[in-house]
Amino acid sequence: MIYFEKVSKIYNGDEVPALEDVTLSIAPKEFISIVGHSGAGKTTLLKTLLAEERPTSGTIFFESVNVHELPSSALYHYRRKIGMVFQDFRLIPHKTAYENIAFAMEAAGRPDDEIASDVPHILELVDLAEKTNHFPHQLSGGEQQRVAIGRAIINQPDVIVADEPTGNLDPVNTYEIVQILKKINELGTTILITTHNKGVVDSVGRRVITMDRGRVVRDDVQGQYVL
Amino acid sequence: MHWTAIRRVSIGGAKNFVRSGAVSFATVLIMTVTLGIIAALIFLSGLLNYTLVTIRNKVDISVYFVTTAASSDILALKHRLEQLPQVASITYTSRDQALADFRARHANDQLTLQALDELGTNPLDASLSIQAKDPSQYSSIANFLSTGPALSASGVSIIDRVNYQQNKTVIDRLSFAMHTVQQVGAAIVLLFALASVTIAFATIRLAIYTSRDEIAVMRLVGASNAYIRGPFIVAGVIAGLIAAAVVLLLLLPASWYVGQMTTDWFGGFNFFTYYVDNLGLIFLILFGSGLVLGGAASFLAIRRYLTV
Repeated sequence: MIYFEKVSKIYNGDEVPALEDVTLSIAPKEFISIVGHSGAGKTTLLKTLLAEERPTSGTIFFESVNVHELPSSALYHYRRKIGMVFQDFRLIPHKTAYENIAFAMEAAGRPDDEIASDVPHILELVDLAEKTNHFPHQLSGGEQQRVAIGRAIINQPDVIVADEPTGNLDPVNTYEIVQILKKINELGTTILITTHNKGVVDSVGRRVITMDRGRVVRDDVQGQYVL
Repeated sequence: MHWTAIRRVSIGGAKNFVRSGAVSFATVLIMTVTLGIIAALIFLSGLLNYTLVTIRNKVDISVYFVTTAASSDILALKHRLEQLPQVASITYTSRDQALADFRARHANDQLTLQALDELGTNPLDASLSIQAKDPSQYSSIANFLSTGPALSASGVSIIDRVNYQQNKTVIDRLSFAMHTVQQVGAAIVLLFALASVTIAFATIRLAIYTSRDEIAVMRLVGASNAYIRGPFIVAGVIAGLIAAAVVLLLLLPASWYVGQMTTDWFGGFNFFTYYVDNLGLIFLILFGSGLVLGGAASFLAIRRYLTV
């Protein structure tokens, strides 16, 4: 489904590459945890997949499409296949929980009746049915992250990419977020998360990719958090 | 964009505007100042035009005719002059009218009136007072009068004298001054308009800068550039239109007050009358400027954040 072929990334002025000869293959319905120290290249790897960053060398294929050969006018179509969840939630501050989730559907050109039926359903799924009209600043960190997950899955993407999704959350909220992501994965969506949290990786108990200084140093099918 | 997208963008823009509170207020405030300067420039331009027209109307050349000239010959010459493209208007004063005007002017000067009565005949000439469309055209009118002399039936020139040479220096100076004032006025208007537009652009850029993270998120959730840009343009246009409405409303009491204070000082130019007479034009300029300024500034400002 997703293929990284000898992907390297060197930022201007840096001597050490952020990514070096990364070759990976990700199959549909996998739940992959990417672990590593800060600066290991986890976030850069996700950014190259999202076409936020262009690799210095190598190619990334999403199904049969070379991601970095897509014209900028076609990028938004490509990004609708990937749902993004960030450590700092990145909700639109002046939109309510409902509107933040609905925005992703509106941007994809989905009809009003579909939005009206799907968004409440997703809000229930992430346990926020009571906070539909709350703005992000009126929600706790865990609730904001659940809105972000709702936004990420509303268009039924093939992949959810979560960059440190539990980095700003307490243990209770971390547990809830992991349970939601596992449930989404069980429904058939590929999940790719980066994390520093040993508990998260061990509780998922699925494939673990360990990165160090831009390289993939371990790739265990049923791994544990080992650094 | 489809109608659904246009509707969503419009509603999104309106909500953004309302929910952005302080930023929207600051944008409207700066746009109000900008459009206020543009409105002031409209009034300045009106005052300048009024002054120039007033001065222009005070300049003319007069053609005096010999006392034996028949009025039909004078009217024939008037008709020929009226065919000239440079001529704006011609006023004919007959000998009898000239005498009546003279008597009225010296009604309190018995000595002069007695001297006139003792002459027994009317010593005054009939005349044509000619106004050109532009002061620089008086020389060509004077040229026409000297090269194509008006003759009576007996073949004698009916023109006694033309006062162009006496007035030439004043006319030339006025003509030069008017051109200079027009050019300087246009430069000042352009300069202030540019300065105010730059300030408005900078403010809207700042407003959009505060939303740069939000724009990046919109890109990452798969929104197209047009769909991201739309609400910001709508919010910019709303700010521009509100500012235009505020300026248009404020101009009502402001022009009335300034008009009361300065009409005599500006030689009869009344700001309030000008505002009322040109309300349609001022409305169009202000709302057009608000719409274009708000829309174009948002369009340009957001461009740099759409390359994520």
